[in-house]
Amino acid sequence: MSENKLKMSSSPHIRSKVTSANIMLYVTIALLPASAFGVWNFGVSALVMLICTTASSVLTEYIYEKLMHKKITVNDFSAVVTGLLLGLNMPASAPWWMGVLGGVFAILIVKQLFGGLGQNFMNPALGARCFLLISFTSQMTTFVYDGVTGPTPLAQLKSGETVDSMSMLLGRIPGTIGETSVIAIIIGAIFLILLGVIDLRIPGTYIVSFVIFVGIFGHFANPNIGFFDPQYITAHLCGGGLMLGAWFMATDYVTSPITKRGQLVYGALLGILTGLFRLFGGSAEGVSYAIIISNLLVPLIERVTLPKPFGKGGEK
Amino acid sequence: MNNCTERIYNGLVKENPTFVLMLGMCPTLAVTTSAINGVGMGLSTTVVLVLSNMLISMLRKIIPDSVRMPAFIVVVASFVTIVQFLLEGFVPSLYASLGIYIPLIVVNCIILGRAESYASKNPVLPSIFDGIGMGLGFTVGLAAIGIVREVIGTGAIFGRQLLPLADAAAGKGGYVPVTIFILPPGAFLVLAFLVALQNKVRSNAAKKGKKVPEATGCGEGCASCGNSACGGKVFPTGNEE
Repeated sequence: MSENKLKMSSSPHIRSKVTSANIMLYVTIALLPASAFGVWNFGVSALVMLICTTASSVLTEYIYEKLMHKKITVNDFSAVVTGLLLGLNMPASAPWWMGVLGGVFAILIVKQLFGGLGQNFMNPALGARCFLLISFTSQMTTFVYDGVTGPTPLAQLKSGETVDSMSMLLGRIPGTIGETSVIAIIIGAIFLILLGVIDLRIPGTYIVSFVIFVGIFGHFANPNIGFFDPQYITAHLCGGGLMLGAWFMATDYVTSPITKRGQLVYGALLGILTGLFRLFGGSAEGVSYAIIISNLLVPLIERVTLPKPFGKGGEK
Repeated sequence: MNNCTERIYNGLVKENPTFVLMLGMCPTLAVTTSAINGVGMGLSTTVVLVLSNMLISMLRKIIPDSVRMPAFIVVVASFVTIVQFLLEGFVPSLYASLGIYIPLIVVNCIILGRAESYASKNPVLPSIFDGIGMGLGFTVGLAAIGIVREVIGTGAIFGRQLLPLADAAAGKGGYVPVTIFILPPGAFLVLAFLVALQNKVRSNAAKKGKKVPEATGCGEGCASCGNSACGGKVFPTGNEE
C-alpha cells in the first residue's frame, strides 16, 4: 500500500448522499401530478395561485435571510415545497394577493421567526392556510368549479346528500387546487415511498384510524348511515384534504415524531381528530386543524415514546 | 418633584408594564380588540392604580406585614367597585364590551405588584406618581395593541373607517379586513411583534451608547437591568428607598 493513499481525517468517514435539498426536490416532483391536475381541472387561475404562493414563499425566505445576514437557504427547495403545498390548499377562485399573503405568513412567521428549517413548530403551509381560513372565511371556502359555485362533496356528505365516489377518485369535483384528485396524489405518494422519502407508518395509521373512527361514529353523526358503510367511508377518504394531508403534510419531517412508536401514536391521533372535526365539527373539513394540533403535540409524543437504550430500564 | 417625573418616565418607558414587565397579560390580550377598548381598560386601571397606590402608601405603617395581601386586595377591590359603577353608569357601551375584565382589575398583577413593591415602601406623593406612570404605560401599551389590531382587523381606528372596505357584491375594490387580528390569535401576534419592535429600539439605543443601564443580573431588580428577556418575572425591587 502506498503512503499517499492513506487519508487522515476524523469521523464520519462515510456520508450519505441524501440531503435536505434532495428530499425537498423529490417532494416537489411528487407534488407535480396533483398540481398539474389542479391546473387542468380549475384552469389558469389555479396556475396563477400556485405561482403566487410559491414565489412569495421563496422570496420571503430570501429577503428575510438577506436582511438578517443569515445563510441563504433558498436552494434547498423547502420554501418551494411550502409554497406549493400552500397553493394546493387554496381554492383556485381566491384572489392572488391572498396566496402572496399566505406565503409570507408561512415562511416569515411560522418558519423563520422560530429559527428556520427544522425549527418550525407546525407545518408552515398549514399554519398559513389556517391563518387565511380564519381571516378570510368566505373567500377560502367558496369553491368555483366549471363556472359554478357549489358545495364540496364533503359538505354535501355532511348535509346528508349522496355523492359520486368515482368522480371524487378522479378529481372532477370542486375543492382546493390540489386535494381533488386522489389518483394524482397517490401517484406522487408512490413515487415518494419508492424513493424512501416517506414510509407508510404515519399515513397508514392515519388512514386506518380515520376509517375506524368514521365507520363507528358516522352512524351517530348521521343516523341514516349504518356502521362501516363502505360507500360513506370511501367518500370520506376521497373527499377533502385527507389524502393530500396524509401523504404530504402529516409526513413532514420537521413536524412529525422521529420515534417509530411515536409515529403510530401521531397517525392515530390525526385520524381521530380529523374524524371528530369532520363528523361533529362546525365545518365539513378538518384535516388542516387536525394536523396542526397534532404538530403541537409532537414534542410530548416524542417524550413518552422515547425508546429505551439497550440495557437500561426493566425490572428492578 | 424630580422624583415624580422620574416615576412617570419609569412607568411609561423604562418599566412599561405591557412591553417590558409583561404584567397584566390577561386583560392585555383579551380586551384589545379595538383601540377604544384598550384605552378604556388602560384608563380604568390607571384610576384604580393611582387611588390604591395612594391609600396603600398612606396606610403602609398601619397595615401589619403578615396580612398585607388581604389588606391590599380590600383596598383595590373597593376602588374597582367604584370604577365599575361609574363605567356602568356613564359609558355603558364600553362597560359592556369590557365585561368581566373590569372586576378582574382587582387581581391585576400590575396593581398588586406596584402596591407590594413600591407603594407599601414609599411616601404618598411618589406613590401617586408611580401609579400615574405605570397606569399610563399600561394605557399606552393597550392602546398600541388595540390600534394595530383594529386597523388590520377591521380597517377602522377608534371606530372610524380608515380604509375603505372592499365590497365583493357591489364589485367595489378596497381593503379586505384580516379578521384573525381581532380574534384571540391576533392578540398574541401583535403583542409579540410590538415587544420585538421595542426590544429592537432598545438594543439600538444601547448600541449608540445612550444611557441605558447595563445588565447586571437580577440582583438589583429589573429597574436597573437592561435585559428585558426575563420579562420582569421577578417583581421590580429597584428604586426603593
